[in-house]
Amino acid sequence: MMLQMTGVHAHYGHVHALRGIDLSVQVGEVVTLIGANGAGKSTLMTSLFGAPRCSSGQIIFDGEDITRLPTHQISHRGIALVPEGRRIYPRMTILENLQMGVSYADPSNFEVDLKRMEALFPILESRRHQAAGTLSGGEQQMLAIARALMSRPKLLLLDEPSLGLAPLYIRKVFEIIQELNRDYGMTILLVEQNANHALKVAHRAYVLQHGEIVLSGTGQELLSDPAVRAAYLDGGSH
Amino acid sequence: MTAIVHAHHTPTLSERLKDASAAAFIALILGIPMIGMTTVDQGGFLAVMTRWPQLALFVGLTFAGRILFSLALETIKRRSQGRKSGKSAASAAEAANAALKRGTKPESVIGWLAVGIAVALPIFFSEDRYIIDIATSVLIYIMLGWGLNVVVGLAGLLDLGYVAFYAVGAYTYALLSTQFGWGFWEALPVAGGLAALFGVLLGWPTLRLRGDYLAIVTLGFGEIIRLLLVNWTELSGGPNGITSIPRPSVFGYAFLPPDTEGSIADLLGIEFSPMHRLLFLYYLILLLALLTNLFVTAMRRLPLGRAWEAVREDEIACKAMGINVTTVKLSAFAIGAMLGGFAGVFFAARQGFISPESFTFSESAIILAIVVLGGMGSQLGVVLAALVLVMLPELGRDFAEYRMLLFGFAMIVIMVWRPGGILANRAPTLIHVPTGDKA
Ligand SMILES: Nc1ncnc2c1ncn2[C@@H]1O[C@H](COP(=O)(O)OP(=O)(O)O)[C@@H](O)[C@H]1O
Ligand SMILES: [Mg+2]
Repeated sequence: MMLQMTGVHAHYGHVHALRGIDLSVQVGEVVTLIGANGAGKSTLMTSLFGAPRCSSGQIIFDGEDITRLPTHQISHRGIALVPEGRRIYPRMTILENLQMGVSYADPSNFEVDLKRMEALFPILESRRHQAAGTLSGGEQQMLAIARALMSRPKLLLLDEPSLGLAPLYIRKVFEIIQELNRDYGMTILLVEQNANHALKVAHRAYVLQHGEIVLSGTGQELLSDPAVRAAYLDGGSH
Repeated sequence: MTAIVHAHHTPTLSERLKDASAAAFIALILGIPMIGMTTVDQGGFLAVMTRWPQLALFVGLTFAGRILFSLALETIKRRSQGRKSGKSAASAAEAANAALKRGTKPESVIGWLAVGIAVALPIFFSEDRYIIDIATSVLIYIMLGWGLNVVVGLAGLLDLGYVAFYAVGAYTYALLSTQFGWGFWEALPVAGGLAALFGVLLGWPTLRLRGDYLAIVTLGFGEIIRLLLVNWTELSGGPNGITSIPRPSVFGYAFLPPDTEGSIADLLGIEFSPMHRLLFLYYLILLLALLTNLFVTAMRRLPLGRAWEAVREDEIACKAMGINVTTVKLSAFAIGAMLGGFAGVFFAARQGFISPESFTFSESAIILAIVVLGGMGSQLGVVLAALVLVMLPELGRDFAEYRMLLFGFAMIVIMVWRPGGILANRAPTLIHVPTGDKA
């Protein structure tokens, strides 16, 4: 078991954002979490890092209880987040952005990992010294993913990576997700509103509504579930 | 979030004219009080006289000078470009690398030129006390600008109370030297360390604050320190300050009149001149400022320094990437404060007298203006802005009361004209990554 959340509740002041989440991710899995805007998807991901800290419940990562660990130490355990909205460092160069991804990890891997990332995302190599803010949205998303991978995580969290991207890049993002999982054995927890794509690449999936998991199953099961189809596919409301 | 990047392209004639007009406009605004008007003594009271022809000349010169300057920069840039593109068959990555180096070249040339001028300045003006004094002041502000740049420019923490650390450094040296007989060089590290401690003291409670809120708290902090100095008379001498602070010495020898014990003039067998001490102070602050620059430049290339910038860019991303934002911010506050403390020690040693009046909010405002106008994070920008902001009021001495007005004008104009500061392009901290497969 890579990640196990049991009965996790989280609050923002009076807002009860997570209401007893039970969720697990097995080693080597791609798990997708779908849900409407404001359902609590981003909160679920950042609560893994203790922001917000869960008010009750437990989070076990790779056999260790990380529920109360300081935020900066959690990613050192091997979790990397590609945050919603990419959040690259716009005025810093691409190379610097990638360097920040390994700031605490073993620096001797930098060269090797840099080459791997540049092979995976060729656009990054030719733009090494360009300010990251000058990249297009899709390119920035590639950079954000590469930056997260630079820390050699065991679990990769992706928060709406296809949000606001051109169709070409949406396809590319999902290709990368599959490639990472298939060729590198990367365990991935994916949050998406783009349910169609996201369920297709998922081994298992959860549906989140108002801070609660209301449905779970394999990607295929959810894809063919009438309720899911009505709410998140078939042009359903987001 | 906006990214400020200036693409290198050759400006067209109309762009050049526009640019020069903007410069001339600034010259006009600044020139009206400084050159256009002058005061004359008319039987015991002052009258204002106008000098429009001189003003017109000044504005015209600025216009022409700006065009020449931009042409010269362009030539330098094109020359170094030509040299680089001579070697063809470069891979895309190498081309990008070359572009980077090309982009930074004119700036580093100007940097070295500036150092050269600074070193040579006293040779040409060795008898001009006024020039050496102003140059020393400019260098103090450059050093303070570089120090504050760590906090504001790199870490992105708006600090309106920076003068507090300058004061801590100055008072530490003043007290250690007058009460305990410490020398300049012994007191320097202690004062820097104490200022750093105050930096952490300010940083700790303000960690969660950003932007306006942080600005207000730091502003308050600066005032608290000043009020403490005014009111804690037993320690600081209150509003009267501390007098007879010893001047820095060189290996135990001081700049004293001949036949006094420990006089350098006697030691070297040269004629005593009060200018020697001024020249020594000038070179001392030049040395301190250059060390500050080297230190900050080196820090920027370390993981910690890069983390300062990353925190400025996106705190949430930093947290997700396992960067301890607390440590990063505190270290920026501490190091910025330490550098301010060093400058304070020099200030006390140079003046020989300090009082809380030297550490008012307007000093913080000037230092902040130097950083912001220089282009946040740009080392050379700080130099240019310090030159402008320290020398302008100096030139317009007769209008001391308009100093702040002048300031406001200069700030508004520069912010409209170059919103990112005089030099907004940021020098990358990772330049070359040696890759095995390339020659
Ligand atoms: N920083 C915050 N402060 C207060 N409330 C928040 C904050 N972030 C999110 N929320 C609230 O928590 C709920 C879940 O938000 P979020 O996790 O961002 O949803 P999603 O990612 O699914 O769109 C929403 O009701 C949102 O308004
Ligand atoms: Mg979200």
